[in-house]
Amino acid sequence: MWFDQILQGVLLGGYYALLACGLSFMFGVMRIVNLAHGSIAVLSAFVVLSIAEAFHISPFLALVVALPIMAAAGWLLQVTILERSLRSGSLTPLLSTFGLAVVLDNAMFQKFGANTHSLDIGDLAFASWNVTPDIAIGQLALLTFVVAVALLGGLQLFLSRTPLGRAIRATSEDPDTAELVGIDSRRAYAAAAAIAIATVAIAGTFLAMRATFDPYTGPTQLIFAFEAVVIGGTGSLWGTLIGGIALGVAQNIGSQISPQGFLIAGHAVFFVVLAARFFIAGRDPRTLIRALRRAPA
Amino acid sequence: MSLLDVAALDARYGLLQAVRGVTLALGEGEILALVGANGAGKTTLLRSIAGAHRITSGTIAFDGVDVTAMPANRRVAMGIALVPEGRRLFGGMTVEENLKVAGRVRRPGRWNVDAVLDAFPVLRDNYKRRSGDLSGGQQQATAIGRALMTNPRVLLLDEVSLGLSPVAVGMVYESLQTVIASGATIVLVEQDLGRALRIATHVACMLEGNIVLEGRASELTREAVTQAYFGLRRADGGRAS
Repeated sequence: MWFDQILQGVLLGGYYALLACGLSFMFGVMRIVNLAHGSIAVLSAFVVLSIAEAFHISPFLALVVALPIMAAAGWLLQVTILERSLRSGSLTPLLSTFGLAVVLDNAMFQKFGANTHSLDIGDLAFASWNVTPDIAIGQLALLTFVVAVALLGGLQLFLSRTPLGRAIRATSEDPDTAELVGIDSRRAYAAAAAIAIATVAIAGTFLAMRATFDPYTGPTQLIFAFEAVVIGGTGSLWGTLIGGIALGVAQNIGSQISPQGFLIAGHAVFFVVLAARFFIAGRDPRTLIRALRRAPA
Repeated sequence: MSLLDVAALDARYGLLQAVRGVTLALGEGEILALVGANGAGKTTLLRSIAGAHRITSGTIAFDGVDVTAMPANRRVAMGIALVPEGRRLFGGMTVEENLKVAGRVRRPGRWNVDAVLDAFPVLRDNYKRRSGDLSGGQQQATAIGRALMTNPRVLLLDEVSLGLSPVAVGMVYESLQTVIASGATIVLVEQDLGRALRIATHVACMLEGNIVLEGRASELTREAVTQAYFGLRRADGGRAS
């Protein structure tokens, strides 16, 4: 039974890692904690749902159509809101993305109402493989995990092997010097935001495939994503995968101990990791951010 | 026509005026040694030319084009490259990545990764190492190589020898000879007056934001430059007879 719970927790961790990928990427590259992350994931789910219903196509195909739309939205978000916010200090992006989340949640409520929705993926939603008589692996859960690993690995490769990836890393490290070697730091940041929001679109689609969602689902998803990022070390892509898995395993083990243990165990792991980093940082709140942060991927 | 024309340039740091009405011209293939005591305005002038510091008045023209309002990245594309004081490498990236990130937008020209490694052999052995882990001399070589990867028409070198051991300084200057031999146009800010005068074709001495002495290196005496450096003598004196 415990092995099964840990296995299911690892697979659930894949979903959390997928969800947290964009949040981690945006913080690692742009030093922005995007509090609208969960709401943008839900918005992406609505975009995919709308495309799938309008053109009677599979949600996977609808995601392919939605990706460039969401990437363009990310670019626009950067040049209209985030770039200006960043110029006003590190606190302003927190406030502006919080405001954006409120606007998005209520706009989606206006447009789609309070009803819950989900993406119809047919048998994939509940199909599974029986590994042993007691252990089954859900096909969607495994697909989510594989997509998460592929996405995180792909982003890692992109950042280390491609000219644009290197330009984004250079800009992340020192935007002024990046300009001195010919990099347009505004474009590099905008490209990073586009990539981050495109990954959020993928996460939002998997959210809508594996569960129901409504316009106010975003904040809950943000909490899970944030916990995965903090546990794994902010800004570290592979750390995000480890953080997601740790969160998923903790939640599943917690659910075996107590019916309320699912959420409590996850929050407890998050709190312990946060407290440990805080303690290591010398109990100085000003060094907390530095303690949380690891080198960008 | 000059390659680089700076006219009546003023630059400030808040209330402090770091550069006062500086005018200078640099022709293709010339090497200008910009000397002066700490706080004379040399670095600010170089950063202003590169577009890294916003000027308050004056103009900067490059190859006949007014680049005064142009952002730094576009000046690089035109052929102006700065090796900043303190190197400012991307410490989390390897030497290879530091070179290639600058080569992303490089102009056509002789400098590529192989040419840089030939000019700075010390980088060949450290090619895959994180630049943040390198010694000062190796970092300076990486910084110069990174600037060369953009194939600049004018190379701005700020405090090349600052913080380096004599051995490292010798290594960097030996490699710089390859760059100079390629016909590069260079503005060199250097505390080591002797070294600067040995490689420069022209000299400009700054004091309190002004250029107080300038001329051909062959026409100025070491004594005159030293006196201008310390503010003991101004303007046009000191030409060698």
